[in-house]
Amino acid sequence: MSCAYLLLALSLSICLGHAVEVQRPRGVPLSKRQFYEENKPFTCLDGSRTIPFDRVNDDYCDCKDGSDEPGTAACPNGSFHCTNAGYNPTFIPSSRINDGICDCCDTTDEYNSGATCQNTCREMGRQEKEILQKQAEIAKEGFLIKQQLINEAKRQQEEKQRKLSEMQTNRKTMEDKLEALRTVKEVAEQPEKEAKERHLKAWEDQKAIIQAEKDKAKMAEVFLELDDDEDGYVSVAELQSHSELDPDSDGALTETEAQGLLGGVDKVDASSFETAWVSIKEKYISESQADSAAVDPPAEENRQPVPDNEPYPEDDPADEDDDNENEDDEEDEEDYRDEDGDKPPPSVHTPGKSEQDEDAMPPYDAHTKALIDAAQKTRDDFDEAERALREVDDQVKSIEKELSFDFGPSGEFTHLYSQCYELSTSEYIYKLCPFNRVSQKPKYGGSETNLGSWGSWAGPEGSLYSAMKYDHGTGCWQGPNRSTTVKLTCGKETVVMSTSEPSRCEYLMEFTTPAVCQEPLSSESNLHDPGEL
Amino acid sequence: MAAPTDRMGLLLVVLFAVLFSIADAVDRSNFKTCDQSAFCKRQRDVKPGQSPYRALLETMELSEARLTLQLINDNNKVRLLLELYRLQGNMTRVKINELKPLRPRYEVPDVLIQEPPTESLLLLERDEHGMVLSLGVDDQRLIIKARPFRLDIMDGPKVLLSLNSRGLLVFEHLRLRKDTISHKISSTVGSMWDKIKSVFSSKSEADAEGVENDVEQNEAEKAEKVEEVTEEEEQPGMWEETFKSHSDAKPSGPSSISLDFSFPGVDHVYGIPEHADSLKLRSTEGGEPYRLYNLDVFQYELYNPMALYGAVPVLLSHTTERTMGLFWLNAAETWVDISSSTAVQDGGDAPQTDVRWISESGIIDVFIMLGPRPTDVISQYASLTGTQSFPPLSALAYHQCRWNYNDQEDVQAVDNGFDEYDIPYDFIWLDIEHTDGKRYFTWDPNKFSQPREMLQNLKNKKRKMVTIVDPHIKVDSSYKIHKEIRSKDFYIKNKDGGDYEGWCWPGNAGYPDFTNPQMRAWWATMFAYDQYEGTMDNLYTWNDMNEPSVFNGPEVTMHKDALHGGWEHRDVHNLYGFYVQMATAQGLIQRSGGVERPFVLTRAFFAGSQRYGAVWTGDNAAEWGHLKMSIPMCLSLGLVGISFCGADVGGFFKTPSPELLVRWYQAGAYQPFFRAHAHLDTPRREPWLFGPENTALIREAVRQRYSLLPYWYQLFYNAHRTGQPVMRPLWLEYPGDAATFAIEDEFLLGKDLLVHPVTDEGSHGVTAYLPGEGEVWYDVHTYKKHQGNLNLYIPVTMNSIPVFQRGGSIITRKERVRRSSSCMEDDPYTLYVAVNAQGTAEGELYIDDGHTFNYEKQNQFIHRRLTFTEGSLSSSNLSPDSQFSTASWVEKMVFIGVPKPSAATLRTADGTESPLEFEFDPASELLALRKPGVNAGADWTIHLR
Repeated sequence: MSCAYLLLALSLSICLGHAVEVQRPRGVPLSKRQFYEENKPFTCLDGSRTIPFDRVNDDYCDCKDGSDEPGTAACPNGSFHCTNAGYNPTFIPSSRINDGICDCCDTTDEYNSGATCQNTCREMGRQEKEILQKQAEIAKEGFLIKQQLINEAKRQQEEKQRKLSEMQTNRKTMEDKLEALRTVKEVAEQPEKEAKERHLKAWEDQKAIIQAEKDKAKMAEVFLELDDDEDGYVSVAELQSHSELDPDSDGALTETEAQGLLGGVDKVDASSFETAWVSIKEKYISESQADSAAVDPPAEENRQPVPDNEPYPEDDPADEDDDNENEDDEEDEEDYRDEDGDKPPPSVHTPGKSEQDEDAMPPYDAHTKALIDAAQKTRDDFDEAERALREVDDQVKSIEKELSFDFGPSGEFTHLYSQCYELSTSEYIYKLCPFNRVSQKPKYGGSETNLGSWGSWAGPEGSLYSAMKYDHGTGCWQGPNRSTTVKLTCGKETVVMSTSEPSRCEYLMEFTTPAVCQEPLSSESNLHDPGEL
Repeated sequence: MAAPTDRMGLLLVVLFAVLFSIADAVDRSNFKTCDQSAFCKRQRDVKPGQSPYRALLETMELSEARLTLQLINDNNKVRLLLELYRLQGNMTRVKINELKPLRPRYEVPDVLIQEPPTESLLLLERDEHGMVLSLGVDDQRLIIKARPFRLDIMDGPKVLLSLNSRGLLVFEHLRLRKDTISHKISSTVGSMWDKIKSVFSSKSEADAEGVENDVEQNEAEKAEKVEEVTEEEEQPGMWEETFKSHSDAKPSGPSSISLDFSFPGVDHVYGIPEHADSLKLRSTEGGEPYRLYNLDVFQYELYNPMALYGAVPVLLSHTTERTMGLFWLNAAETWVDISSSTAVQDGGDAPQTDVRWISESGIIDVFIMLGPRPTDVISQYASLTGTQSFPPLSALAYHQCRWNYNDQEDVQAVDNGFDEYDIPYDFIWLDIEHTDGKRYFTWDPNKFSQPREMLQNLKNKKRKMVTIVDPHIKVDSSYKIHKEIRSKDFYIKNKDGGDYEGWCWPGNAGYPDFTNPQMRAWWATMFAYDQYEGTMDNLYTWNDMNEPSVFNGPEVTMHKDALHGGWEHRDVHNLYGFYVQMATAQGLIQRSGGVERPFVLTRAFFAGSQRYGAVWTGDNAAEWGHLKMSIPMCLSLGLVGISFCGADVGGFFKTPSPELLVRWYQAGAYQPFFRAHAHLDTPRREPWLFGPENTALIREAVRQRYSLLPYWYQLFYNAHRTGQPVMRPLWLEYPGDAATFAIEDEFLLGKDLLVHPVTDEGSHGVTAYLPGEGEVWYDVHTYKKHQGNLNLYIPVTMNSIPVFQRGGSIITRKERVRRSSSCMEDDPYTLYVAVNAQGTAEGELYIDDGHTFNYEKQNQFIHRRLTFTEGSLSSSNLSPDSQFSTASWVEKMVFIGVPKPSAATLRTADGTESPLEFEFDPASELLALRKPGVNAGADWTIHLR
């Protein structure tokens, strides 16, 4: 099929009623017409060679750049221009010329394939116009809203900034105040401390005296107890009956050892028993108590009543992922929590409290009390101020965090912050919380799955703000962590339009918001002029 | 598609145990070793030695082409019947069966395309030690030695092949089970279970009694002739076998067979696919034998003799002098042991290769193909099992697949993507998720609610689709396919007679008995457009999981004691996938009234599967090793007739790096079946997702494929007519060059293109062996000329892989690559004439409508010979009886390696001469003739002066 290298006379009389007739080889755009001058040698557009004009569109590729065959499929890298009067002119790869498939709406690509193509340009133009008009309307309204959003964001931003600097100033004052209060506190605490120490010292001295007396009484008691033969002496043999006193703990209190305990003598009387008493009193077990004392549970064991399941609440956050995998576990977990909730808080039994009561320090005297009260007040004041400062710090941090987000060139995405938008499908409810996270929850029971946390703006170069990326979501079994790309398109309302999972665990969400609406061009000049070729 | 993997949410809890047990890499413990397969162990325990078999020469009967002879086992006095046939085309068939088996033993039907035509056998000599028969060709003789029984095939004084020379003929005769209650309890658990079972199994005993009377008579007959019979010992696993909680009832008891073959002088043997192993088979001594048992192996390992999805029991031996083949026609589980040794021959050391075949049941039926050239062996095998089906041209183009394209919108988007990025493709594939709950022949009502509309959209772009149809059928009383199969009683039965059920993708599933011709006929009708709703003529079929895969079955397949009518699954296992594809292909033919050629891809296959479509190497992985392995795997398949082979481009499991993906496209573009595929859990990998550079590289690889489609089509036509493989190991074309024998990193397409894929990461160059003393090879990218018979280091970039055109060849291309192959139908050709040292070249061109049977039913095709000699290139008709008119013409002729002519003229059939313009590049001796313009079907001559 050697093909005609005819010139195509384009006779176009469309829309505006006036006829345009431009002669140029098939497939050449108007803009390149001057390179294809009839009956003059043609130079390949890359300048690589010059050929007779009758080799243009002769269905044989002479130019490396394909420029000699704009209207045939001969060159693998050629392109064909469809005028598409009534719609958008376009280029198609020349491999689509005469392949039996209608590519150009004006049917010009299928001039010799037998394919019957309908000229659909006008219809497409009309449809496009409608769509563009609709889009323009949306864009117009959306852009108005966007302006409001921007203004609002600006106002909020300023408000926040103002608040921030106000707080920062405030903070300075509060810090100063805190420092002042700290000094006051320290000043008040010094006498308090001294008074308390005095009081403590007095009480300890008192306690020591009482203790010494108690010890003495005990010694006398023990002496009598040890002096089995009531001869007024404690002998080595009498001491040996107390094997617990064995200094080397080999289980037997030898005579020498006992002698040693008595200070190197065979027996001692009540007055010289004191030396021996010092060395035995730690270990000595009263004969009357000996049996029962051994059975007394050590104090440590009293720690037992700590609730068994105390660790569970702490483990909860870590378990969250597992919960998603297995619903049964989930229910179990909840059961645990319920039990915990119903139980009274575990009371910690403090052993030996009554004994301590006996040994309790006597109340402070009025003077000390007054000092303490005074100091306590300064402490309370200080704590109060510190708490207030911390609160302000938190607020500053939160505002600073919010201010640190990239809410778009004009802050138009500010309003999305701390909002959430849901979309319900047949199976799931999807939730997008911009700048925070995306999640998915089964409609009929089951736990939420994290589809990604805020990562970054992810649009292509030039329109960075047309997509958001959320990543590091819940891991997939044998796969990557879930992630979501949110595509933003202009709309009057802020809505999640659709979600899909084009690739395993990689989600795609379509989201409309006025925040991405572009300012419509002043007139409708963006709709092509049908007269233009 | 996969073995059971990870569809957690979708499968029932019951399945979990199964799933997890095979979730990570290959779990070898799921698959038997020879030791764990009772018959293999029993057989392998028999060591080479004196054979107990003796030929009873007096029983010899010789008719025109058939010799029969009884063999007796002197240990147990069981007699076998040996049949020998001399077949046309230099082949010998050896059949051995029991003389009087208790029950018939399975003989594989439907694999041979006909009863092989025979030639007369001539008895040359005979004495009490044996006899000598003439095998017609030259000095070839067959010697039968009586005691011990042994067969030798001689060529003059040379032994080509010996059978039973190592005494490994073992034929486990069918027998009755002994009264086991009183029997001594043996120590093995397996046989212990046998005993326990038999106590409770009154039914089988009753059955056995029924048979006993006949047998007693039989035995009585024997007793007259036989004085003493050695009682054979019961061995473990003869009557019942357990593997990982699966028990095999084995009501027929032991039935395995074995025979050894020795190839003196042979060092290289090939074939017996499918294994992920080297092209040249390795010695199995001290390791596992090669196993042939169709299995769904999850994440298979490389360089391993484990069984895979398909089995072709054909082995080729090759030396510089002679190529031979063995075709062991048996569909049961089979193990092949190979050992190599050095024997003293002709006064010197010579290598020897011994091969031993072991099968679980059936008979010994072996075809010995005597070559002598490699192409002869291939023709001989093709004459037995047929040749590659001739696929529609579009099936040779590029296929885009993924588990899964999610819905119609997804299909549309991918289709548009190919146009947007200007990458051609012909087929888009839908995996299991397109169905309504894994009910094949249905569509998911939500995701694919308008399949016709989707197919029409593809058709509008001259593109096509493949949907998956697996053989496991969801047990669901509201599912039409299930209901019909059940009502027609077409399901395979379990050992107790109920419908066999197993777990697969749909959950509980039945398995239609494809060995039943009525079942296959019914199955074929299910592809009719009014049965398979929503389908059109541009929809084709993919049969996966047809080993068959049974998730909860032993070794992920069917229980061997399941029943196919009178036969056990054990007898027919390796045939199941073959029959599934056969019935499916038949369905596609029928739906078009016999007009259109089918295209069916299968994962499981057997000898003869080449007649029904394409195969792929199953669930590979995105690893460089798997890319490398795709070459020997497809070469091995090509050697045994299955030319239409490919590996999942990119790798099924895991995620390829962009470099690996590009390299795989470049290699896949030069392998017969060219399809990208990916696992459900991997990220998307359509060609445009890896940046503009990689997109361009993949586009270029795919375009190279499309421009070569005329050559591919001609190669497939040739494979269809002759059985010669499309993708060939070098030794096939250079049988005398020992340097080629182990090459598996490069291959030939036909005999004219040599391809060396790049299969290493970060490679800057490869070393290619260019074969042929005196041959020249031209780099198709640079036209640089290289001499043959040397190793050549070729620097590589990411742009392409090394491909060479053989000097002396003419290759036809269509260089106007369009969005699908059908769009290129009428496009002109460019001829690439690469001259050899003698300044000549030749090639062929085949053209037909690309998709119907009219080429064979109505002789509608063009087949031309292109010859370049003494400065004249001419096109002559190779098939004067055929008729076809094409719109295609010749737009350009490129001569490589010629001197500059002073003039070029075209002479057409009517005698008119016209000058042709040309360009000549002296640096590469490249001559391009501008626009000859002749019709591709016409006679013409070009003269260069």
